[in-house]
Amino acid sequence: MFGLVGAPQLAFCWINDLRRFVLIALPYFWLLALFLVPFVIVFKIALSDAALAIPPYMPTMKDGLSAMFLQLDFENFVFLTEDDLYWKAYLSSLRIAFISTVLTLLFGYPIAYAMARAPHEWRATLMMLIILPFWTSFLIRVYAWIGILSTEGLLNRFLFWIGVISEPLTILNTSTAVYIGIVYTYIPFMILPIYAALERLDASLIEAAEDLGCSRMKAFWLITIPLSKGGIVAGCFLVFIPALGEFVIPSLLGGSGTLMIGKVLFEEFFSNRDWPVASAVAVILLLILIVPIILFQRNEQRQQDAEG
Amino acid sequence: MNRLSPFNVVSLTFGFAFLYLPMLILVIYSFNKSKLVTVWAGFSTKWYGELLSNEAFLDAAWVTLKVAVISSSIATVLGTMAAYTLVRGGRFFGRTLFSGMIYAPLVMPEVITGLSLLLLFIGVGMDRGVMTIVLAHTTFSMCFVSVVVSSRLATFDRALEEAALDLGASPFEAFRLITLPIIAPAVVSGWLLAFTLSLDDLVIASFATGPSATTLPMKIWSSVRLGVSPEINALSSILIGLVASGVIIASLVSKRHSVRVQQEERAAERFEND
Repeated sequence: MFGLVGAPQLAFCWINDLRRFVLIALPYFWLLALFLVPFVIVFKIALSDAALAIPPYMPTMKDGLSAMFLQLDFENFVFLTEDDLYWKAYLSSLRIAFISTVLTLLFGYPIAYAMARAPHEWRATLMMLIILPFWTSFLIRVYAWIGILSTEGLLNRFLFWIGVISEPLTILNTSTAVYIGIVYTYIPFMILPIYAALERLDASLIEAAEDLGCSRMKAFWLITIPLSKGGIVAGCFLVFIPALGEFVIPSLLGGSGTLMIGKVLFEEFFSNRDWPVASAVAVILLLILIVPIILFQRNEQRQQDAEG
Repeated sequence: MNRLSPFNVVSLTFGFAFLYLPMLILVIYSFNKSKLVTVWAGFSTKWYGELLSNEAFLDAAWVTLKVAVISSSIATVLGTMAAYTLVRGGRFFGRTLFSGMIYAPLVMPEVITGLSLLLLFIGVGMDRGVMTIVLAHTTFSMCFVSVVVSSRLATFDRALEEAALDLGASPFEAFRLITLPIIAPAVVSGWLLAFTLSLDDLVIASFATGPSATTLPMKIWSSVRLGVSPEINALSSILIGLVASGVIIASLVSKRHSVRVQQEERAAERFEND
């Protein structure tokens, strides 16, 4: 009997092995070629001379690996430390990303909290209303604020009309406009994880605390906040990480006075055409991002472990 | 907890007003007669007319649509394969690297992804245009598809697949007949996500393209840099309208689907109890 089925069985296995190989190899090699290799090139260019790195920079790789390492130089990184534009841009990106994250948390938490307390039959709709803006064009959502925040824009005319101001406020082209833009576009990322954490929260814990003489405020600080900490941390990273490398928002709303590293990189590349410096800027941005990304992943892991 | 305090009501009202008012204003002002976007001068649809006769915008829209359809379809196939490999594939050489490469693009700043891809395309001497934007978009959106699909794969009952294998199906048949129909909703939402990401992308496309191809976000970008224009308002309103109706239809369909599933489950329970 084994003799009868042996041969086709073997062919069958062979085909399955081939299928398994293709299944793994196709996405694997795609990402290797279009994600990992490009990074190696960025690192390579960041460590090479401007003269060598202008378009036909590939020949420098042809000389073999040893030559490639011999040609490495840290000139571009030294340049970054010498020109204070870059330091300022990194620091200002960190500051803007941090302040916007705090603001997003302050505005997002009450919304998430109210959603978690809303009647069950509303929740799916509320969720959809939070996610819906995410599906609309990011560029358009940022653009919408130009008309609102400009000197003769709608916000100024509204404030003037209700008599709060007599002189138009300058909001567009300041960092305030960038904060508004970041809070506006990233607030769904803050609300969703916090909402998910609050929805799982057992209401009887708060009732118990109140029965035992806790004031409502105290119960909130002692129970609700600690139990939604996982969601808060996740939300903060989901806002902070993309905000740090943001390009569109500071370019459209921040004007020339707002320095952010994503903008500097873009301009270094497209306006100054200095590829090695742009690559070095990218490498340092990546190094700055590694810390929050690792912290974020650890938080997610802990959360999964706690659930499992 | 089903009692909303006044503070909750206020935060919901302000929250949703904050999210939706800017877009609403954009749509209202797209019907403004005046060229000045902040002064209301009466109702008019003339900006829609001008937009639809603007060849450059129509060309860019066509390029964008082409890129989005092709890249999201390839990304869905590759992303589903990657998800299956990660969840069901067991051990293989370089698995950690593979999952790292799936998750890294999700948090990578667009400027870095764009820069690195451009350097690659120039390095291998590839002509930049529609083709290179498709490659770039496929690469980052397959990672999003893979995350969506793998979360579905991780939650469904593996015994169904094992039963099919025990009954003599090949792994491929088990995938096609059992797994694929079950994960289909996730695959569809992965495709939709990839499609919108591609439609929306400005930064990566700006890096990946050459002079031959301009996408709609790039076109919007270059005119928005010069300030607010009523034509862009009209274009934005069309896009917002399309997305809103798409999402509403999708949610109605999935709601009907979940109601049907619930009914079937209830019927099955009754059957078991009898």
